[in-house]
Formats: sequence, C-alpha cells, structure tokens
Amino acid sequence: MHVTVLYFAALRERLGIAREECALPADVVTVAALKDWMAARGNPWAQAFVEIPRVRVAVDQAMARPDTPLREGAEVAFFPPVTGG
Amino acid sequence: MVRIQHEQFDVNAELARLRADPRVGAIACFIGVVRDLNDGDSVASMTLEHYPGMTEKALEGIVAQAHQRWDLYEALVVHRVGELRPTDPIVLVIVTSAHRGAAFAACEFIMDYLKTEAPFWKKEATPTGTRWVEARESDDAARERWGAGASDR
Repeated sequence: MHVTVLYFAALRERLGIAREECALPADVVTVAALKDWMAARGNPWAQAFVEIPRVRVAVDQAMARPDTPLREGAEVAFFPPVTGG
Repeated sequence: MVRIQHEQFDVNAELARLRADPRVGAIACFIGVVRDLNDGDSVASMTLEHYPGMTEKALEGIVAQAHQRWDLYEALVVHRVGELRPTDPIVLVIVTSAHRGAAFAACEFIMDYLKTEAPFWKKEATPTGTRWVEARESDDAARERWGAGASDR
C-alpha cells in the first residue's frame, strides 16, 4: 500500500521534511502500525516521536485513532497537539 | 461560515452584515488577541501554521455541531495565519441567534473546540529564540465540560 505522509509544526521541523511518499509492507494497515513502522526505520523518526509526545494523526484530513485503517493513496498527517485560537 | 486568512479582519463589517438579518436578537462575539507575554517570557511575534484543507474541514465540523446543539442563525469563524504581533487579533467568532443564551453558549463552545481540535500551531519568538507553543491541559478540560459524544475521538 502507498500513502502520502505529511508532517506539521514542530514535528516537520524536527524531521526536516514536510511530506514523503511511503510504500508500506503488507502488514501495515492501521495508523498505529504505520507509526511503529516509521519509528522502526530509525532516526530521525524514532527520536522525534520520543521528543514530541502525544503526536496526533489524521487520515484523509479527519482525526484518526490508533486503530483507524489506512487505504491505498491515503493522506496521513502527523502533528503535535494543536495550539490555535 | 469559516475563513482562514493572513490579513486583518473587519469586525464592524462582519457585525453589520450579520445584524442585517431581522430575526437576530442576540450577537455574541469573541476575539482572540496576541499577548506580549506567555509562560513568563516576552513575545515579540508569533507565527501561526495550519493544515490547508483539514483546518477548514475541522472548523466547518465544529460550526455544524454548534448549529445542531443550539438554535442559531449564523456562526462565523475567521482565523488568521502567518506572522502576528502583540495586540494583533488572531481569531474572530461571531454567533447570531434569537436570544442571548444560545449565542453565548455556542460562541464559547466553538472556541473550546477550536482550541483543541482545529489544526493550528503557534510558534513564538522570544528574546531567547523561537519555540513552539505547548498545548494546555486546561484547554482539554474546557472542551470536556461540553459532554460526551461531542468529540469524534
């Protein structure tokens, strides 16, 4: 499965990239599995997820949960807790 | 109605437009403003980032929830992005209804959800450098008091 991953705010700065195209192994089918797979790639992802706690995830521009399923071509965004207003 | 923009908003023009509806008996208005102090440090400027596409959807979802919970005529949210300085307005919420109760409540509801659900992030410039603003637990608590079932998480 292929997904587009976007990063925002402190996470984008920490990783040094705003987006990447990921080709996922067959067993990576949920948000939680994607995050684990990214961290398993090593740094900077592993360290960034430690340094920036409570990372939120959106799938196709809607807030997701750890068990939210991914789909081919999905837009998955990772970002810190929001601070607008 | 939801708008995200760099430029300043015109509160009087928005109020005049919303007040032109003769059914309206109450208008509640909230304006969030950049302060020159946060967490003990002086703030020279702040930069607001958003997630184009999702931020608009999140705000529209919050406004739709407000319309479901209260009898409103209109709920307007205007949020600025980009670099802002102390005394600059950041966000405008205006709610119109027949009576004040619904307008006050919906205005506060929209802000409590905006603070915790809408993807915006603030980065502050202080004398010691720039830093991303941390989310506050008090904002989560403010949203929670509106009760279960209001959040999709």
